[in-house]
Amino acid sequence: MTQPPFYVSPEQVMADRADFARAGIARGRSVVVMGYDEGILLVADNPSSRSLNKIGEIYDRIAFAGVGKYNEFENLRVAGIRYADLRGYSYDRSDVTARGLANAYAQTLGTVFTEDQKPYEVEIVVAEVGEVLADDRIYRLTYDGSVADEHGWVAVGGDSSRLNEALGERWRPGLDLQDAFALAVDILSLPAEGGDPTERIADEALEMAVLERHRTRRCFRRISAPLRADG
Amino acid sequence: MSRDPAQGRLPAAFLAAGGSSFTEFVSQHDPDLLPGGRAVPATPMIDVPHGTTIVTLTCSGGLVMAGDRRATMGSLIANRDMRKVFAADDHSLVGIAGAAGPAIEMIRLFQVELEHYAKVEGTLMSLEGKANRLAAMLRGNLGLAMQGLSVLPVLGGHDAGKAAGRIFSYDVTGGCYEEQEHHSIGSGSLFARGALKKLWQPDLDRADAIRVALEALYDAADDDSATGGPDMHRRIWPMVGVVDAAGVTFVEEAECESIVAAILADRREGRSAR
Repeated sequence: MTQPPFYVSPEQVMADRADFARAGIARGRSVVVMGYDEGILLVADNPSSRSLNKIGEIYDRIAFAGVGKYNEFENLRVAGIRYADLRGYSYDRSDVTARGLANAYAQTLGTVFTEDQKPYEVEIVVAEVGEVLADDRIYRLTYDGSVADEHGWVAVGGDSSRLNEALGERWRPGLDLQDAFALAVDILSLPAEGGDPTERIADEALEMAVLERHRTRRCFRRISAPLRADG
Repeated sequence: MSRDPAQGRLPAAFLAAGGSSFTEFVSQHDPDLLPGGRAVPATPMIDVPHGTTIVTLTCSGGLVMAGDRRATMGSLIANRDMRKVFAADDHSLVGIAGAAGPAIEMIRLFQVELEHYAKVEGTLMSLEGKANRLAAMLRGNLGLAMQGLSVLPVLGGHDAGKAAGRIFSYDVTGGCYEEQEHHSIGSGSLFARGALKKLWQPDLDRADAIRVALEALYDAADDDSATGGPDMHRRIWPMVGVVDAAGVTFVEEAECESIVAAILADRREGRSAR
């Protein structure tokens, strides 16, 4: 006589998968993305930033940031570059938008979450700098394929809900690059529960890039020397 | 192009690991988009616009590449202000002669290929790497070339290691040859090469190198009906690109106009060869 199969409710399956993905993401380090007066700044807490990047260029005005499992967000980054280059090649450069890319990512993450063996343990940000401030877009995508259109700033990875709370209190539209950078480092240095409040992230552990609004074609630029208020 | 409708997610080719070549990716995902991926109908030769003369020469710390603006279709002028010199990326220039349609498609693909590699790998491709990628694209075009739609590019780039400009020429089968000092391609190249031989000197500065390129183009237009000379009343001047350690720049129209005017004046007065 065969055993009747165990019944597991779909709610339980999804909850288990979500817990699994969330745990993986919370173990990692964070990335902060925020608008400043002349573009969008991306800063990652990434001790191996010289070789393994969390931030990357996708297209003329679009950048990518990922946290979680490196091989999985790297896979998505390359897929994004392929998507954007293919679209730009078969249509026109101006037809590549962050919205289209975020949609493609959302569909992919959503399908992987429900159908594959295991969900991607990643959270990614797609940022697009517009010709004017009002056209800037920052999309946050989570492991299950949900998309959020963020207004001006977002932190992902690690203890992101606490970081977002602090960021929301301190971010103001129209910060200059120095102030935005200082704020990003402050946020990334927020101590964990019971941690040392005076500890700051070392310069070598920061990975930084900007999307500069007024560049003519490719707006993405990596910043190697840390920006400090004194110069 | 579209995502897999049954699944919604990006198709497997997008998520495949490895591979920093755009061409390789497209050949797996949608080969019809590639010049070499389409079947070539076996029809007799057709008349299509052809681009004509490109000259390129090394100068101190870089190189200059210039092209006339004419495209011809048989004995007709198909286009008077065609662009035949392009920035392949920030550190190299590519000029084209031959069937204009396939040539421009090849350049577009080449530009995406280089940018794609730089974005995926996070580093720039070496100059030899670029030269070999372009050779591979020409090989893909061999079917069309046999039908009479051949494309002939010339690649010029700045080699950071040698702090000098280097020139690579090609044949239609994808053979890639490094040229020394200067080179010219296209229907007027015979005459341009003669001029370059007499005018080129080692370590020309930027201004002199541009002038030599424009003189060579003028000589090509003088003797080859398919090469366009300076168009004074429409104010159409050759396209001149310069690449050095700082990257690629194109010479402004006003500067081009003044150099062309100086060349014409000197030839009228008999101060230089005519």
